[in-house]
Amino acid sequence: MSSANPASLRTTTESRPVRYALTALALAFVVLFLVIPLVSVFWEAFSKGWGLYREALVEPEALSAIRLTLLTALIAVPFNVVFGVAAAWAIARFEFRGKSLLTTLIDLPFSVSPVVAGMMYVLLFGINTPVGAWLDANGFKVIFAVPGIVLATVFVTFPFVARELIPLMQAQGADEEQAALVLGASGWQTFRRVTLPNIKWGLLYGVILTNARAMGEFGAVSVVSGHIRGETNTIPLHVEILYNEYNFVGAFASASILALLALVTLAAKTFVEWRMTRQHAAARTRTAEARAAA
Amino acid sequence: MNLISKRHSVLPGFGLAFGVSLFWLGLIVLLPFAALVYTAGGMSWADFVGTVTAERVVASIRLSFGAAAAASVINAVFGFLLAWVLVRYPFPGRRFVDALVDLPFALPTAVAGIALTTLYAPNGWIGRFLEPLGLKVAFTPLGIVVALVFIGLPFVVRTVQPVLEDMEQELEEAATCLGAGRWQIFRRVLFPAVLPALITGATMAFARATGEFGSVIFIAGNIPLVSEIAPLIIISKLDQYDQAGATAVAVVMLAISFLFLFAINALQWWAARRHGAGR
Repeated sequence: MSSANPASLRTTTESRPVRYALTALALAFVVLFLVIPLVSVFWEAFSKGWGLYREALVEPEALSAIRLTLLTALIAVPFNVVFGVAAAWAIARFEFRGKSLLTTLIDLPFSVSPVVAGMMYVLLFGINTPVGAWLDANGFKVIFAVPGIVLATVFVTFPFVARELIPLMQAQGADEEQAALVLGASGWQTFRRVTLPNIKWGLLYGVILTNARAMGEFGAVSVVSGHIRGETNTIPLHVEILYNEYNFVGAFASASILALLALVTLAAKTFVEWRMTRQHAAARTRTAEARAAA
Repeated sequence: MNLISKRHSVLPGFGLAFGVSLFWLGLIVLLPFAALVYTAGGMSWADFVGTVTAERVVASIRLSFGAAAAASVINAVFGFLLAWVLVRYPFPGRRFVDALVDLPFALPTAVAGIALTTLYAPNGWIGRFLEPLGLKVAFTPLGIVVALVFIGLPFVVRTVQPVLEDMEQELEEAATCLGAGRWQIFRRVLFPAVLPALITGATMAFARATGEFGSVIFIAGNIPLVSEIAPLIIISKLDQYDQAGATAVAVVMLAISFLFLFAINALQWWAARRHGAGR
């Protein structure tokens, strides 16, 4: 990456035509596969004018889909934070038997097709299963209802925060926390004043990823939702229904909200990555200075 | 906590953290898996074999894994190229392109699905240029590959990129001093060092692609035996209340995925060992 040095650039890089050709090829791929699809979402959404776009978003079914999507994310994200912090605290700060098994199991939802994930909840809570029948008899519906949607979303986002925090906390080590405890801080104080400031950017990163996936999940939610209009449709499911009815403006209008969310996610992610590199570099300098002083 | 020996740590909170983790893991992940195993176990062997060897099921599984493999090969080539260009060739707008690479992670799959379908349909922005060439993409297996390339791209770029960034320039300088040409250096020095990461990235893209549903379902056309993917078979069996049948297909999909992951882990171990000096 030391391309600032002109001498080394000359000896270890390709000739100018090769560089230009490879860059052009890579950029053409990016335009074809990333830029054009993204632009086309907004283009199609506004193709029949601003009026129809607005209309598509304020109709009751669209509003209900937006509300359900927000509700789902509002439950899935805090859940993920609590679980992720707890799992990272146990795994990165303690030695215990079965630790690598626990780490593997946390990653498990990533290697399961979202459709299979949704299906497993149907097998567990469906009306013709023992658990589902019992819950139904007590007036509680999971499948084809909001609880199922939330559960499926929590499942597919399960590893995000933990996966971000475990390596981060392992790399940071427990020195600062131990020092705080020795100096008389309580466990909660140590966590709040020492651990949390150290992991805040990693935690935020995990939250951003969780939120994006929670609001956009399709496969798993599709299986458990039952597609009841105005009741169990999230924005992605609403998009599907409108698209299948050839209501393309409506479908792309709702899709454009999700595309906008994706752009905000990318911007936030880039910002947090930048902050994390800075924090990391600062921590390294501190350690180096401490070593030099000692 | 007698069963689990937490060895000499002065930090508090192990019981609470471990308990919370295990409780939620059990409820959200393990319990549904148990339901899957229970349902699969309730099937007779003959029923199971009959379900998963049905023509439509076999065709869909072959399609899901075949299209995923094709897409991950394309992604290995272009993902590597993109990572290479992003790390080594400065160009205006590089930061922007770098951020954009994660778009497939951030964009909901259903949105990608309808956008790609509209683009590649015979009258779409891209499809209209392919149609005269006799190339049909939307509503064919080729369309499935296009969607899976979109989904898998960031996996390859994001695993290869850090390895290229950490590459020591001295290595290349030494090779140059010893008289190696650029192509030779790439083939003998750079590529072997990146290969394990490239395999990892392509594997992750493959694993994600085999189960992908949202982006594929719109562009596939879902013609039985031709462009019907395995997750769709599962959904249609569930719609017909054939939960055992759906479970059987899911079990086969999971088994093949794990087999592939295992094989590719072995391959990667071999690549890392063979080019051990490169790391």
